Amino acid sequence: MRDVAIIGVGMTAWGELWEKSLRTIWTEAALAALDDAGVDHVDYITIGCMSPGLFVGQEHLASLLADELGMAGVPAARVETACASGGLALRMGLAEVASGLSDIVLVTGVEKMNDVDTAETTYALGTAADQEWEAFHGVTFPGLYAMMARLHMAKYGTTSEQLAAVSVKNHANALLNPDAQYHLKLTVEDVLGSTMVADPLHIFDCSPITDGAAAVVIASMDVAREITGDRPIVRITGSGLATDTITLANREDLTSLPAVRKAAERAYAMAGRVPGDIHVAEVHDCFTIAEIMTTEALGFFEPGQGGPAAEKGLTGHGGKIPVNTSGGLKAKGHPVGATGVAQVVEVATQLRGEAGQRQVEGARIGLTQTMGGSGGSAVVHILEVES
Amino acid sequence: MVVGIIGYGAHVPRRRIRVEEIAKVWGADAPSYKRGLKLHQKSVPALDEDTVTLAVEAARNAFERSGGVHPAEVGAVYVGSESHPYAVKPSGTIVAEALGIVPEVHIADLEFACKAGSEGMYLAQSLVKAGEVRYAMGIGADTSQGAPGDALEYSAAAGAAAFLFGADPDRLIAEVMATYSWTTDTPDFWRREHMHYPRHGSRFTGEPAYFRHIMSSAQGIMEKAGLEPRDFAYAVFHQPNGKFPLRVGKRLGFTMEQLEPGWLSPWLGNTYSGASPIGLTATLDVAKPGDLILMTSFGSGAGSDSFIFKVTDRIEAVRDRAPRTRPQIDENVIQIDYGTYAKLRRKIRLGE
Amino acid sequence: MRSPGRSWREHPQRYRLEAAKCTGCGRILYPPRVVCPDCGGREFETVTLPRKGTIVTYTVIDVPPTGFQGQAPLVLALVELENGVRTMVQVADVPDMDRLAVGMPVKLEFRRISEDGEAGLIFYGHKAVPA
Repeated sequence: MRDVAIIGVGMTAWGELWEKSLRTIWTEAALAALDDAGVDHVDYITIGCMSPGLFVGQEHLASLLADELGMAGVPAARVETACASGGLALRMGLAEVASGLSDIVLVTGVEKMNDVDTAETTYALGTAADQEWEAFHGVTFPGLYAMMARLHMAKYGTTSEQLAAVSVKNHANALLNPDAQYHLKLTVEDVLGSTMVADPLHIFDCSPITDGAAAVVIASMDVAREITGDRPIVRITGSGLATDTITLANREDLTSLPAVRKAAERAYAMAGRVPGDIHVAEVHDCFTIAEIMTTEALGFFEPGQGGPAAEKGLTGHGGKIPVNTSGGLKAKGHPVGATGVAQVVEVATQLRGEAGQRQVEGARIGLTQTMGGSGGSAVVHILEVES
Repeated sequence: MVVGIIGYGAHVPRRRIRVEEIAKVWGADAPSYKRGLKLHQKSVPALDEDTVTLAVEAARNAFERSGGVHPAEVGAVYVGSESHPYAVKPSGTIVAEALGIVPEVHIADLEFACKAGSEGMYLAQSLVKAGEVRYAMGIGADTSQGAPGDALEYSAAAGAAAFLFGADPDRLIAEVMATYSWTTDTPDFWRREHMHYPRHGSRFTGEPAYFRHIMSSAQGIMEKAGLEPRDFAYAVFHQPNGKFPLRVGKRLGFTMEQLEPGWLSPWLGNTYSGASPIGLTATLDVAKPGDLILMTSFGSGAGSDSFIFKVTDRIEAVRDRAPRTRPQIDENVIQIDYGTYAKLRRKIRLGE
Repeated sequence: MRSPGRSWREHPQRYRLEAAKCTGCGRILYPPRVVCPDCGGREFETVTLPRKGTIVTYTVIDVPPTGFQGQAPLVLALVELENGVRTMVQVADVPDMDRLAVGMPVKLEFRRISEDGEAGLIFYGHKAVPA
């Protein structure tokens, strides 16, 4: 396998982008990454997008977008593992380059979620749950995570205040990210006093509905050394992908995320790293409980210690392991297919030392983690900057 | 061959609305309804309950009391209702599929206002008696509606009762001793196709309809059987409100003691096709071996089916194998307000 | 409109709670599958699930999805039935949300789950109610 580097990153401001269509936001992010890399051609395009068919009525997305970018003819494929689609797009691009099939790949993620009303959005997201045996009964994603939260609270004593601490921290981080959907200072009281969506999760425990796209350009190390000049080269040293039961009914332990643990084990093993080596991480905080459970599954904290860690500030700036410096899904926004790629944009930016006010000093090894549904799929990547 | 009930069960929704709550909305005088019609409250189905769901639960209770009759051995299922969920598409197939009775079974949905349930019972016992099928089930179930503000709104309720008929001597709970029907064309209550709510003939529903048919039917069956009111332990009459069954019972010569166990409408309302059948399940819950029970239904339009049952020793062994009727009416109820009632009965027009 | 076939083929499971018991290892699968995830067995016998169980975990959904809006707040629970099989169902007829608890005994009742609009099919299945 060839070593693979990230040579360009691109992201546009996220939010309710009423004036822009899916193809526009995607093309803007793709161009930003291509410009950042300083390349005008790629050998392959991967697109992580969960449900363009339900959100904008458009399938056959890869060809449409390649053409939109002026690259009709270039091989392109859309990949999908629900909310982990962006992470999968990187994994597929990595395989292209590592295998030697391609030298330069444009890895992208996009989701345009505001072109349907909230009920339709909820329905589209709900298709990531088991349609016949979960969604049939009216369950929603906040509902599924709420059921996990209730057991995590019962088993470990995790509190609503600890959940709220995750939201408060990520919103504080987003204040330093101009591309984030929300720039809003929250307190624990604000979170606990917000509308209940699915007991025990409040609206401020939930990630929002977002339009957005993100892109990175990856290349073989040979190409990377040729074109990156003096900029630090960020290598993808570890990659892990795993699945688990979609239905909670078939999951033995609802207080852990086995797919995340397995994906992390594979990524750590490939990179030759352990959790303690990681300096900065972007994780899948679709709900506050998800960040707590994820930081446990990734090995940053012992099972049950994710909540106290968040409350003590161990995941904040200057903490043991800064998590979601971008603002995370919670505050940066969660255009589902774009999320996994945007995580890579953030971590690569941190490792390059270009994160400005939110820079984690001395960050050389970073991790991204995204997951689909209620943990039915998970993707973990480890990125390292060449010193 | 002696044919009879070998399994019985009732199911009643948990929600109730009080007469006062309805009267308050329409500026009506609650005490006059409570005194005049002897109605205190009625059952209300939730959004997820309908004739089919109530029928399935009642039928499951009937199977529980049947001493292990396998559903596949049931050769006929009749669901009587004036509130079938589909105008075209049988309720009976859903019920039978849920119970595991399909596919070798004869199924029909019946409609005859409030006596569709007793019609199903009549057909079921007749088929068994004729030797056509080993077991047959008759179910009366309704989630009936009265027009908002109409007198019927105080009584139109929801509930179901199911009876499994057979001739296995060791399974008989109540032997059918006689049946009798008395029917004329008497338009006291009707609902035209595509109309949401029924219309009724007001006072015409009384003497020429309810009283004439029940009196004639009950007297007819007693004459046929050579029995008198005092020979019966209990009697159950169709109960559109609390007052009518007591009045007709008294006119026929029955005492309050004979009527009391099956007299449910003051607390349940009128469950239409389920009304006299649920009265019968409640009566079976308390009957003793050897007791004779008279049941006379009434369906507007109009007709009355009568049955005389003789309770067997087996009643003691089976009545607690499934929930009894009266506790379902009295316990664990959820009182709702008129706004909730209007929502649950889909009386509120939603945005499209 | 969805083809009626989509719900029709699930009637044995949704209406009668039929599950598949692996003849190899005894695992009961609900819904049935083609291959047993535990032992790889491919032969099954049909068993009927018990209708009594307890709540493993639950939530009260204040913002229900399309088709369930009128039923808010919607109580969803993972219920473990007496034979150990778990299933996701609604909990209906909860008189007081404070009574909900992990471990609460429930029983399954036949209910309408959703409908395809006013003119479409009605989809039936089971919901839990307090036992």
